[in-house]
Amino acid sequence: MIQAALEVVPIGTTRRPRKTPWQRLWRDPLARAGLIVLGLLYLFAFLADPLTPYSMQFNDPDLANAPPTAIHWQDESGRWTQPYVYPVERTFDPSTFRQTYSEKPGQAYPIKFLVSGERYRILGLIPGNIHLFGVDAPARLFLLGADINGRDNFSRLFFGAQKSLTIGFLGLLVAFPIGIIYGGISGFVGGIVDNVMMRVAEAVMSIPSFYLLIGLAAILPPGMSSSERFALITVILSLIGWAGLARVVRGMVLSIREEEFVQAARAVGMSELHNIIRHVLPQTASFIIIAGTLQVPNFILSESGLSFIGLGIQQPDASWGNMLKAALDNANDLVNQPWLIAPGILIFITILGFNTVGDVLRDVLDPKAQGTI
Amino acid sequence: MSVPVYILKRVLQAVPLLLIISILSFTMLKLAPIDPLAYLKANPAISAAAIKAEEERLGLNKPPVVQYFIWLANLLRGDLGVSTSGGSVVLLLMQRAGNTLLLGVLTVFFTWLIAIPAGVWAAVHRGRWIDRLFGIVTTIGMSMPTFLMSLLLLMFALGTRLLPIGGLTSPDFFERDWLGQTVDLAQHLVIPVTVLTFIGLAGIQRQMRGNLLDVLRAEYVRTARAKGLAEDTVIYQHALRNAINPLITLLGFEFASLLSGAALTETVLAYPGLGRLTLEAVLTKDMNLVMASLMLGSVMLITGNLLADILLKFTDPRISLE
Repeated sequence: MIQAALEVVPIGTTRRPRKTPWQRLWRDPLARAGLIVLGLLYLFAFLADPLTPYSMQFNDPDLANAPPTAIHWQDESGRWTQPYVYPVERTFDPSTFRQTYSEKPGQAYPIKFLVSGERYRILGLIPGNIHLFGVDAPARLFLLGADINGRDNFSRLFFGAQKSLTIGFLGLLVAFPIGIIYGGISGFVGGIVDNVMMRVAEAVMSIPSFYLLIGLAAILPPGMSSSERFALITVILSLIGWAGLARVVRGMVLSIREEEFVQAARAVGMSELHNIIRHVLPQTASFIIIAGTLQVPNFILSESGLSFIGLGIQQPDASWGNMLKAALDNANDLVNQPWLIAPGILIFITILGFNTVGDVLRDVLDPKAQGTI
Repeated sequence: MSVPVYILKRVLQAVPLLLIISILSFTMLKLAPIDPLAYLKANPAISAAAIKAEEERLGLNKPPVVQYFIWLANLLRGDLGVSTSGGSVVLLLMQRAGNTLLLGVLTVFFTWLIAIPAGVWAAVHRGRWIDRLFGIVTTIGMSMPTFLMSLLLLMFALGTRLLPIGGLTSPDFFERDWLGQTVDLAQHLVIPVTVLTFIGLAGIQRQMRGNLLDVLRAEYVRTARAKGLAEDTVIYQHALRNAINPLITLLGFEFASLLSGAALTETVLAYPGLGRLTLEAVLTKDMNLVMASLMLGSVMLITGNLLADILLKFTDPRISLE
């Protein structure tokens, strides 16, 4: 009898352990698709050097504004062969002032895989010279055409991704500590300090963000190095993003510090500051993770917008925003050059990915919904 | 608290806020390594004496703190200085702000006109294909950068030649009669209003759907159903009225994001609005103009929030104005 009783499994242990938020996020098909797309984008940005046929600076001045290189799959007699391209030459029509590009028939240049080309260092560290694909000079493989300086748009999309995709997270790294500490102090100290701090945060929020953004970008002196400019633009973006977060964190600190478990800690003699750091701030974690996921696309969007109007990342550095500027500069002829929109499409896909993941993450991490899914 | 007293109180509260904003903006612009009069100096048509006078009037030879108070005193007299192009900043702003306001009001009108029924529809047909369709459309709308949408519609206009490209009026605008002028304006407004409406739609539609779904779970809705009211009466007479209220607070936020979103759209579509003016001012380092449009943008934003709060008071008698 005793033996049998011991074998009875206590109620509750047969339930499968509750899935971690990460597992629940992965189980959602939309979020999974979003995560995979974002993962691929970041991977491509990381491996920009070996994946692209040309470097960011490589240019062929003879091919400025050239359309995408035509890839041929059939030889003259119509048989299928390995893909090849012809060199392209520019002709200028003096009567219409138009330049056209036409192929120079003759020698064909096959597209080769894993070719050695320009030397590079991935992230400035790992050296190499192997490119996933390419053609021999003098032929060029410009899959999305060339920009006004004759640089390969396709390759530059990858290098632009490095800037556009990292700036979102870097902005977060600056804005969120400011917002959390500011909101935390404001809620902790209270009184007149709280009042003044919140009025300042409100003032920042009352300036339409884009106006503030371009106002701040105007401060940047010309003639900075590209990395300095990149860093300062990150700082500017975070100056826009902190205020909203600070307000919410302050509100949460005010309400959580009245909760019973915090009062209990207070009753056993924990100091107020220690209590805030140890008990109150961790409670804001899920909100901060969600807000972060939804803030990254905002930063990416702001950087793109800023670069798009010429106040962000400057040439010769590539970013999706300043590449899309070419589309604006050629607006009247955009119908004939639809490939110029490509950077914009990538911005859209990235933001779509973050929004999808953020939406699902909110459902997953929302404490009110926990245990119901 | 009666409504006029409340408005007065809010306006009085806005004054210190605007002061802080002006101090922040002024500090920001003073940090810029820019000579505000460089463009006047470069213009040979402007005499050295005029530049001297402007320098004196703006107090550029005085310390920044003094300069701020001079700027503030001028502002209180309604004088915002001259822009680098020589025109009065006040006149320039009034003209452009009117255009942006027109764009904003039309956008809000169309956004709500489409988003409210779409949200109700999605909530009533929850989980069905129409709900999913709206879900996809709003996700796209939320993720679409305004400048990309503007470029795409610009391409459409160029390709089809159905709509005028850019600007607010055709070159022959002033030779038309009032009907022709209205039609011309409307044609030019189609693309910018479509862009901003599509982008703004997502938030309102989702909020409307969520609110209505919440309200439909309420006890009084169950009561209404239990006493045998038609489903349409339950939804449109009982539930909807309560579901719309929280949206009115969103109106203020929407206006704020609209001001920012409109700036890029205006730039791409060459629309003569406040955002494009500000951008041009920043690019040409026109400090009087930047300062003034930052302030005007903030005033518009604060006013938008105030209007939303007052509107809420009228639609929901339970709200007491504090």
